[in-house]
Amino acid sequence: MDKSLALNLYATMFRIRTFEEEVKRQFEDGNIPGFIHLGSGQEAVSAGACAAINHDDYIGSTHRGHANLIAKGGRTDKMMAELFARETGSCKGRGGCLHITEMGVGSLGANGIVAAGIIVANGAALSAKLQHNNKVVLTFFGDGATNQGKFHEAMNLASLWSLPNIFICENNLYGEATPLAQHMKLKDIAVRAKAYDMPGVVVDGQDVLAVYEAVSTAVKRARDGKGPTLIEAKTYRFHGHHIGDPETYRTKEEVEEWMEKRDPIKLFKEKLIKEFKVKNTEIDPIEAKILKEIEAAVTFASGSPTPDPASLTRDVYV
Amino acid sequence: MAENRLMTGKDAIREALIEEMRRDKTVFLLGEDLEQATFGVTDGLIDEFGAERVRNSPISENAIIGASIGAALTGMRPVAEIMFADFLMDAMDPIVNTMAKARFMTGGQAKVPMVIRTPSGAGLSAGAQHSQSPEALFMHIPGIKIAVPSTPYDMKGLLKTSIRMDDPVLFFEHKMLYYEGGEVPDGEYTLPFGKADVKRQGKDVTIIAVLAMVKKAMMAADMLAGEGIEAEVIDPRTLNPLDMETIINSLKKTKKLITVEEGARTGGIGAEIAARVAEDALDYLDAPIKRLGGVDCPIPFSPVLEEVMYPTEDSIAAAVKQLLG
Repeated sequence: MDKSLALNLYATMFRIRTFEEEVKRQFEDGNIPGFIHLGSGQEAVSAGACAAINHDDYIGSTHRGHANLIAKGGRTDKMMAELFARETGSCKGRGGCLHITEMGVGSLGANGIVAAGIIVANGAALSAKLQHNNKVVLTFFGDGATNQGKFHEAMNLASLWSLPNIFICENNLYGEATPLAQHMKLKDIAVRAKAYDMPGVVVDGQDVLAVYEAVSTAVKRARDGKGPTLIEAKTYRFHGHHIGDPETYRTKEEVEEWMEKRDPIKLFKEKLIKEFKVKNTEIDPIEAKILKEIEAAVTFASGSPTPDPASLTRDVYV
Repeated sequence: MAENRLMTGKDAIREALIEEMRRDKTVFLLGEDLEQATFGVTDGLIDEFGAERVRNSPISENAIIGASIGAALTGMRPVAEIMFADFLMDAMDPIVNTMAKARFMTGGQAKVPMVIRTPSGAGLSAGAQHSQSPEALFMHIPGIKIAVPSTPYDMKGLLKTSIRMDDPVLFFEHKMLYYEGGEVPDGEYTLPFGKADVKRQGKDVTIIAVLAMVKKAMMAADMLAGEGIEAEVIDPRTLNPLDMETIINSLKKTKKLITVEEGARTGGIGAEIAARVAEDALDYLDAPIKRLGGVDCPIPFSPVLEEVMYPTEDSIAAAVKQLLG
């Protein structure tokens, strides 16, 4: 991998983290309504995966979708404005955290219903096949989603029709407040691929390069017409299911250990310096630029108008 | 001048599919058993359009509707078939939470130009899970256009419009109407949504009926005409949008309203029409509104029991006479 791609991966992860931590502050300050699901800790999955596809490829996303969208190229100012429920937001303040979407960069939508995006992603992959345009789809979902019937219906259909859909499970070890061992017998979700005669791959979701490699292989397979792959990225969310989650289902020590030893951004920064011979003086300006970008996003969001109540029903129908 | 042909409902729908698939390469079909279709609507279409565009699907209603939504979001115009309207319940999540809301939730970024065709209705002793008329259930969900055609002419014209529409459409096909004949003109035509059809003019009472109940209402109107009562029969043809203007204009004349549907009466199509009339046109009425519909009961297998579930031409005529005093 060349150094510029590595630096891009780092920048994407840093952008996601900075955005998410700022969102947390803004929520706690009372500037953001609703329920917020943060992706801090899971940055390497989105960053590594989306770097392996093109701008005109698609992603399907989840309730924890900020990271997916930022990695696909979503604009952080519009995203922040969306979370502030402003008319200038990605979805004009109609979607919020659960439905944050920028279709112009290939997002098919974020979903408040667990596993809802998986079946829709198949349709975009089917379009690619029918339009012969060689596009692929990455569909993100959590460990909990793989217990839904929709996941299994989608896996079967994608396999049967050789759809260019790459199933990316962000296994963060908890389905909301229920630990993995209490919601399935399996140690590795990737083995579910066997039931649908597709490759199932386990990857370290805290290692952005490992994710990038695994997704690149799956993307090549999909573009070659060989169909879908299930990739299970083992990862961890640093915050609760949503901001305000009392987190009685895991210990502080466990969280602290992941943050200290398994932070994907810290790990990759070390790798950049050691293996890619990147100097701190190259990283600092990247970080400074992103910090400014997110600061500007907050300024943009807080200065934007709220939706006009008279426009309530504007986009129910075309 | 275009000539009229006598055609069954099934063939009218089939012809609409063929014409639209020939006209627009982005139109394709997916659903269960499309090659040997339960009611024969899509039989043989694979020969002309191939397996790419006539996609026999696994028995996975969520996957079928989900794939249709995703394809519609990315430049295609899928027409999904759900083998029985009862099976819509399998896919309530993608229909209600995704298909109906995608445009709104994205602030207008998305459009979902897809159609779900599905046979509803009883009459075949098919039991409680293959006979329902759940049309009204979906009137409660903003974001879904709903068609309920009653004649081959309406089926063809409304299906062609549905396929060309940029909003998602739920297209109900009453299974007893697949084999009923009707006149369909040669050549191209489409019919608008939100435009009711006055199937018979009359001055004494307004009967609103949909799907298979339109024929029963027409038979009742014939019977009543023999007794000097002139019933006006209106078929809304689409439930969303619902053409209240035509209904209210009729009430200005007749001052009496009866609604007839096959679905359960409670929370039904008639309930919504009655409520809107009560809000906007109560002053025109000189008698209480009468709603006829399916009994609030799961649909039985026994033909004897099934027969007493629904309004008939006799019960409609009796209700009219009761209303007229």
